[in-house]
Amino acid sequence: MSAKPHAPAIDGWHTMAAEPHLIGTRCEGCGTYFFPRQTHYCKNPNCDSTEFEDVELSRTGTLWSYTNACYKPPEPFVASDPFEPYAIAAVELDKEKMVVLGQVATGIGVEDLRVGMPMELVLEPLHETDEDIKVTWKWQPLAD
Amino acid sequence: MSNEIAILGAGMHPWGKWGHNFVEYGVAAAREALADAGVPWRDIRFVSGGATVRCGYPGYVAGATFAQALGWQGAEVNTSYAACASGSQALAAARNKIISGECDVALVVGADTTPKGFLAPAKGYRPEDPDWVRFYLGITNPTYFALYARRRMDLYGDTLADFAAVKVKNSKIGAHNPRARYKKVFSAEDVAASAMVADPLRLMDICATSDGGAALIVSSLDYARKIGRGDAPRVAAISTVTPTFASGVVEMPDIATDSAAAAGVEAIAYRSQIPVKAYEEAGIGPEDVDLAEVYDLSTALELDWIEDLMLAPRGEAAALLRAGDTAVGGRIPVNASGGLACFGEAVPAQALAQVCELTWQLRGEAGDRQVEGAKVGITANQGLFGHGSSVIIKR
Repeated sequence: MSAKPHAPAIDGWHTMAAEPHLIGTRCEGCGTYFFPRQTHYCKNPNCDSTEFEDVELSRTGTLWSYTNACYKPPEPFVASDPFEPYAIAAVELDKEKMVVLGQVATGIGVEDLRVGMPMELVLEPLHETDEDIKVTWKWQPLAD
Repeated sequence: MSNEIAILGAGMHPWGKWGHNFVEYGVAAAREALADAGVPWRDIRFVSGGATVRCGYPGYVAGATFAQALGWQGAEVNTSYAACASGSQALAAARNKIISGECDVALVVGADTTPKGFLAPAKGYRPEDPDWVRFYLGITNPTYFALYARRRMDLYGDTLADFAAVKVKNSKIGAHNPRARYKKVFSAEDVAASAMVADPLRLMDICATSDGGAALIVSSLDYARKIGRGDAPRVAAISTVTPTFASGVVEMPDIATDSAAAAGVEAIAYRSQIPVKAYEEAGIGPEDVDLAEVYDLSTALELDWIEDLMLAPRGEAAALLRAGDTAVGGRIPVNASGGLACFGEAVPAQALAQVCELTWQLRGEAGDRQVEGAKVGITANQGLFGHGSSVIIKR
C-alpha cells in the first residue's frame, strides 16, 4: 500500500479512530438499534417513530459463526491481484442484540476462529483508488 | 368453501447451462404442461408468470412474454417477482383467480437464463442497496450458507461427512431424473476432493445457477371433474409469509440482523415460519407428509430445512440422514428429484419445478425416483429480501 490518505469505503458507516466504532442509529420511540443507519422509519412493527439518534455501536462482541472466501467475489468487490482469500465473521453485539458481518483482519484464518470467542472491530484497507486507500471495518479476535 | 385447486398438467424444460433465450424454456415447459393436461392453449384464461430480473424487459413482464410467445389469445396476464418464491407467488395469483370464480383454468410458468459464476448486483456506487453493500465488502451467497453450516457443526455436532452424504444421496437419485442438469453419481470422496469455496462448504456442497423452465396447468375442482380429472393432485396450501421482526439469523443479502434490543428476538428463524402457515392452511401436520422437496442451496441447508418443516426435531436431521430415512425408500424422502444439487437453481422456475416433481410423484409417474404410495408432499424455499414459500400438494 502507498502513502495515500485513508478514506472510508462507505461514507459515514464507522468512525476513523484507532479504536473504531460502527455508526448506527437508535430509534427514539422504541430503542431499537439499526445498522446500517436508519433515519426515516422504524422497522419494529410495534413502532411508527420517525425520530432517530446516531449512536456508536459496541466495538466488541461474540463470534456467532464464521467462514472464508476462497474465490474472488464479483464486482463491486475490488480484488487484489493475485486474489488473497480472507475469513469472514458474524459477530453478535450484546447490548444491541444484533449480528454484524464483516471480513476478518488480514492474516487471521478460519483455523484461528471458534464460535463463541470474543471479537473486536478494527479498520483495514479494502482497496486502493487513484486518490486514496479505502478502509472498512473488519473483525479480529479480542486481544487478551 | 374449499381453497383447493387441481393440478392438471406439469411440464419442464430440462435444466442446464444451455445459453438460450429464457422464453424458449418457458414455452417448452408450458407446451409440455398443456399436453399433459389435455387442455387446449386457447382455453387458458389466465397466464401467471414468474419474472426473471436477468433477461431484460421481457423478463420483467414474463407473464405477457410467455402469453405472446404461445400466441396472444386474449387471456388475462400476471407477473410475479419474489426471488426464489416467484413461482409460488405466481401460483398463488392463479389460485386466487380460480377460487374467486373469475377463471376455470390457468397456466403458471417460470423460466430463467443465468450468467456464469456468482450472481452479482446492479452496478454503480449504491450503499443504500444491501445487496450492493455485501458484495462490495466481499460477502457472497455461499458466505451465508457457510455461516449456517458452521452453526450446525457447532450446535448439533454435524460433520463434513454428513454434508457430503446429502450430496451423495441427491446425486444418486437425481441420476434417474431426465430433467436434471447433473446426472453423475458422486461419492463422499468426490465431495471431499472438490475445491473449498466457503469453509466448511466445498464446491460440491453448493448449488450452481442453471437455465430451466417449469410450468403447471391448474384449474377449479369443477373444471377438473368436467374433463374427467377429478382425481388429479391438488394444491392444498400455499404459504408466502414474510419474516417476523426481530430475526436473530442474518439473512442474505443483509450485512446485519435486526436489533432485538426493543422487540425481543423472534425465537424461530424465518425458514421455520414459512411452513407453519402451509400446514395450517392444509389442515395437516408434518406427520402426514410422505415426501418433501426443499431448497438445498447447500448440502447443510437441506438438513436445516428438514427441521424447519418439522420432519425431525431441531438438531436431529443428520441422524435422519445417517439412518437412510431421507432417501427414496426411507421413511420421509427429501429431494427425490435430486434437488438443487442435481438441478442448480433457475430462480423463477425453481419453486414450480418442486411442485412439478410432487405432481409426478403423487400420480405415481416418477419412475426410478418413485416414492411408493405418496399422497402428500410439501415444498419449501427461501430467497432474498424476505421471500420464501411452501406449497402442499395432496391427492
